[in-house]
Amino acid sequence: MRFLLVEDNAELARSVCDLLGLDGHGVDWAANLADAADCLAVASYDLILLDIMLPDGDGRRFLNDRRRGGDETPVIVMTARSAVSDRVTVLDSGADDYITKPFDLTELEARVRAVLRRRGGAAQTVRRYGDLSFNPLTATVTIGAEARDLRNRELRLFEILLAAPDRIFSKDQLCDRLFSYAETVSDNAIEVYVGRLRKKLSGSQVRIETVRGLGYRLTTP
Amino acid sequence: MKHDIAGVFGASLRRKMVLQLLVVAACLAVLLYFTIRSTADQAAEATQDAILGAATTSIAEQLRGTEDGVEIDLAYATFSMLGAIGQDRLFYRIDISGETVTGYDDLPLPDDPPTSLAASFYTRDYLDAELRIAAVARSMVVAGRSVPVLVLVGQTRMGQAVIADRLANRAALLGLGFFVLAVPLSLLSAGSVFNPINRLAEAVGRRGPRDLRPVRHPAPRELAPLIGALNGFVARLRGALAQTETFIAEAAHHIRTPLSTVRTQAEIALRQSESEETRTRLRAIIRAVEESARSASQLLDHAMVLYRSDQLEAEDVDLVELARHVARAFGPTAELKELSLHLQGDDAPLMTRGDRLLIESALRNLVDNAIKYSPPESEVVIALSQAAGMAVVEVRDQGRGLSGATMPQLAARFSRGGNVADVVGSGLGLTIVTEVAAALGGAFRLTPRDGGGTCASLSLPQR
Repeated sequence: MRFLLVEDNAELARSVCDLLGLDGHGVDWAANLADAADCLAVASYDLILLDIMLPDGDGRRFLNDRRRGGDETPVIVMTARSAVSDRVTVLDSGADDYITKPFDLTELEARVRAVLRRRGGAAQTVRRYGDLSFNPLTATVTIGAEARDLRNRELRLFEILLAAPDRIFSKDQLCDRLFSYAETVSDNAIEVYVGRLRKKLSGSQVRIETVRGLGYRLTTP
Repeated sequence: MKHDIAGVFGASLRRKMVLQLLVVAACLAVLLYFTIRSTADQAAEATQDAILGAATTSIAEQLRGTEDGVEIDLAYATFSMLGAIGQDRLFYRIDISGETVTGYDDLPLPDDPPTSLAASFYTRDYLDAELRIAAVARSMVVAGRSVPVLVLVGQTRMGQAVIADRLANRAALLGLGFFVLAVPLSLLSAGSVFNPINRLAEAVGRRGPRDLRPVRHPAPRELAPLIGALNGFVARLRGALAQTETFIAEAAHHIRTPLSTVRTQAEIALRQSESEETRTRLRAIIRAVEESARSASQLLDHAMVLYRSDQLEAEDVDLVELARHVARAFGPTAELKELSLHLQGDDAPLMTRGDRLLIESALRNLVDNAIKYSPPESEVVIALSQAAGMAVVEVRDQGRGLSGATMPQLAARFSRGGNVADVVGSGLGLTIVTEVAAALGGAFRLTPRDGGGTCASLSLPQR
């Protein structure tokens, strides 16, 4: 997916770009509202991540103006202010959702998915791998003519594995991506989800292989 | 508190003013008494003098010199004129050429002998009484010679004293009456002077603790400096509060943005690092960042709740619509844990009255708690109902329960249950909910559910 990140703090912007990049997303960065307007004039984005306090104005007003100008690009506002009143004004100004800094990338992705799903899928992002096709927005895997729904963690696990087929992911790495750092999970929690995903993929040539002592990888003959 | 304030101030201004008015009234009464009395004395003396003078002159004029002496005609009319004054005694003396020819020869003579028929008057003690005496002089031809004649007429002053005393008594009564009347009048006038101050104090006292509008109560011009100072103070206070709010918002921004950077960088490092030890440390960093960010936002929410519950903005709030909104906001978070988050009893509006932001803040905290403490793939229900005139929102989870902790323990600031060490939290969530319930006249209760889990119930007066 292609994001436009509007954030004046260069450090934060760079790290968010890197992180989203690691997950295979394309991110353009605008440090202020003027740059953001330039970017929007020449490219189209699946979603805009918008900060509120920017050096050349208030993100909410910018958003309001764009909405009035007919721009319907989904927007998630990143706010540092968590007071309820701020959240209300954010949604009133036309944002699809908001996320409070500092945010969990997994939560951001979940919110992005929810927004795009609600918008009826701005961009079709169906991926094909082996003999199956995968739509992350609707969380379905289609094998032949049969569509199977994935639950949230199965979906995320599949996304991680599918981002780098044949690469081995350790249980630890998967754990970090699948669970919030705020919760403690046992190692075999991963085995549970791998087992479930395998069941959803049964009948396909695509398999999740256990590499003894190292982890898991996605393969296809 | 009130007593302390009374102790700071000295004597009552009102009492002082009443006392001053009474002293002035007393002085005026005494002055009145003496003025009337001396005027009465002067008037009585003037009357006596006029009659005495007329009588004396008339006697002197009726002296007729003859060949062999002087003929004196003491007319009855002359003395009846004098008798009109009262029971006073009369004395007279007529000297011709220095010899007393008739009357009392020891009647005292004036210090300055008169030279004409215009009477001179003086007062002397004579025979145990005070006499007012009129003296006139003339010359007469007796046996061909001109001789000086002196006529004195004296009268006691009893009648005059009686009249003066009567008048003085009346004057004393009048003064006393004046003073007695002045007591309630001065009380009344002090009251009317101080009433505007009392009314102003009442108007200021009636205000809510967060009512920081300038005082516009009508008051006398003399109070303008006081009101001006009061309004200046109120304005400074309001400015300080507004500054604090802006400061909190900016502080949040400036704390959270670097925290976000730390978190994102740590997450990148975590993905790239292969070393187990480093990964453990990175996880600890992320957890700590999350914890401090959470505390910051809860503190902010808590401050907002305290601030707003003092100045309630009451509006009609549909709890069903609000619950839907909150459920939607938490949807993705619940989805991450594969929790099913849904509403119950949401087919008809459920109205309450209060501050929408406060209620939303309370509901958010309840749902956030339920999601945090629920095991994956369980169920969180937001159930809306009404009971005994109250609108009830229940958030039920299938989480770890309360493990015996009591409501007061959990609702205390920064206090958390004994079974939650592994979950990030600030210990302010339930404090916020309890405060919101109290501010809106509702109630908040946590009860364990049969078969595990907790039911958090927030009831608010139904509209």
